Amino acid sequence: MSAIIQVKNLTKSFKDIKAVDNLSFSVEAGQVYGFLGQNGAGKSTTIRMLLTLITPTSGEIELFGMSLAKHRKEILRQVGAIIERPDLYKYLSALENLRLFATMSGVKVSEKELMDQLAMVGLADRAHSKVKTYSQGMKQRLGIAIALVHNPQLIILDEPTNGLDPQGIADIRNLILLLKKEKGKTLLISSHLLSEVELIADSMIIIDKGKKLVEGKVNDLFDPAETIVELKTMNDDAALEKLKQSDLNKYLHGKRNDCILLKLHRNEVPIVMKELMQMDVEVVSFNSKHSLEDYFLSLTTGYPHVEVA
Amino acid sequence: MWKLLKIELFKIFKRPRTYIAFGAIASVVFLIQIALKFDGKSYIDLLLSNLDNSFEMTDEFKTKMLNGYLICFVILNTLLIQMPLLIALISGDSIAGEANMGTLRLSLTKPVSRTEYMLVKFTASVIYTISLLIWMALLALLGSIIIFGINDMVIIRSRGLEVIESFDIWWRYIAAFGYAAVALTVVSALAFLLSVFAENSIGPIIATMSIVIVFTILSEMNIPIYDRTVKPYLFTSHMVAWKGFFYMKADSEGATITGTVENMPAIMRSLSILVIYIGIFLSTAVWVFKKKDILT
Repeated sequence: MSAIIQVKNLTKSFKDIKAVDNLSFSVEAGQVYGFLGQNGAGKSTTIRMLLTLITPTSGEIELFGMSLAKHRKEILRQVGAIIERPDLYKYLSALENLRLFATMSGVKVSEKELMDQLAMVGLADRAHSKVKTYSQGMKQRLGIAIALVHNPQLIILDEPTNGLDPQGIADIRNLILLLKKEKGKTLLISSHLLSEVELIADSMIIIDKGKKLVEGKVNDLFDPAETIVELKTMNDDAALEKLKQSDLNKYLHGKRNDCILLKLHRNEVPIVMKELMQMDVEVVSFNSKHSLEDYFLSLTTGYPHVEVA
Repeated sequence: MWKLLKIELFKIFKRPRTYIAFGAIASVVFLIQIALKFDGKSYIDLLLSNLDNSFEMTDEFKTKMLNGYLICFVILNTLLIQMPLLIALISGDSIAGEANMGTLRLSLTKPVSRTEYMLVKFTASVIYTISLLIWMALLALLGSIIIFGINDMVIIRSRGLEVIESFDIWWRYIAAFGYAAVALTVVSALAFLLSVFAENSIGPIIATMSIVIVFTILSEMNIPIYDRTVKPYLFTSHMVAWKGFFYMKADSEGATITGTVENMPAIMRSLSILVIYIGIFLSTAVWVFKKKDILT
């Protein structure tokens, strides 16, 4: 597969602060690529450089095999994007916004195609309403319609689920998967929520303080079957003692806030639950968390959240 | 380019704020016309009070003086001073307003060069400025002609009264409105330049007005040292040169010559200075914007 995005030694400094520091990565065609990092890690600055909103201090960006600095217009014709929140012209309707940005993208789109685009994001019945009457979720969906209206090959979504309710998040996730699987698009999705990215991404990069921490295929970076369980009981100290003296001791991983952490294989979850019942541990909650979340935190914060049991 | 310009004009004329200026001009013109319709003679008396009363002016002469052409001249004198604020409302908002709304970053991810984007934005601001002037011309000139009728136009100058025959007036108004369009484009270009540096439109609008007010005060001050060193270079000194189209040449006996302009080279020099200002403001705006990181 060919690389759609190729970033080499990218650096951006704002006076004395290095927002992005010698960053290199590549995104292959047809992939959903997760771009992860905590708030302020340099994700948005990198994305803005990919979209020519910010000029790099040094480094190279190639999109579709062409230098972004030299072939800006040609490249941007094939790119659709949402940066942070999709701010639109509030005094215009959704249809007017969509038509306006389609024209700016250099494509001639019929009224029917515009309506189809709005229907795809579930806004056909509100096409003529002014955007100022839209909820955050509706604006986000309209932003996606605008990003897709010129049928781009590469779609860059910066924090696409920000401010959305759970249903909105699920809708965006499904749309991303549809774009990848049925339309063969390449997507770069930035987020600070690992749980969100791991559901949709093929590959990912984690950055912190502008530097790459790790890059690779999602499946290679962690064991998808490995789970961290957050166990809450009526009496954590007593429960911890019982666990230490039982066969479940081998699963003890640590303690975080008011939870006992157990690290186990997904298949072992029912066995452990059964054991806990037999040991008369009064369980208040038993939440299984994917280990990738911990992996992310371990890279960006170095496990300060876990006390050794 | 044309498609982008259509988009910009669509955005400008879809905003309710745009029509504030049209409404403001209509109300001021209407108020002046009403006042002069009912109490025009007092106004003419006031205008003539400073003249050496060497000949008796009859009521009939005063009534003839108060015609559509003179009323339009009075309105132009009043409104062209206030119009920079109305121009700044839109031009100061062109880039800063987009940055404030967050639409600037989305627009600049489209395959449009920043230079193109700026030129289109500026052209749209100029078209808005010209629309305002056309609107003012329709109300002030045509409206006044309908209400007050036409006759020869009397211009009051320090050396006395000068009469422009009615058939010799129209081209002067066309030239004056054309000149005013260039003069107001300077204000538009200034507001546009300041708009590049800001992330909300209030700053550029206030800054533009402050500059125009300070420059106007300097232009009006009678301090000899400023007359040579500062005034000739201030754009505000040249914005009022449109009046020159209504001043006629006089022959050796002091009689005015129909179809002439007293000092056309001075008008052209002022026009050139205004055009240079537009060029400097616009090219600086484009240069700064091309290098600007979009962080909003």
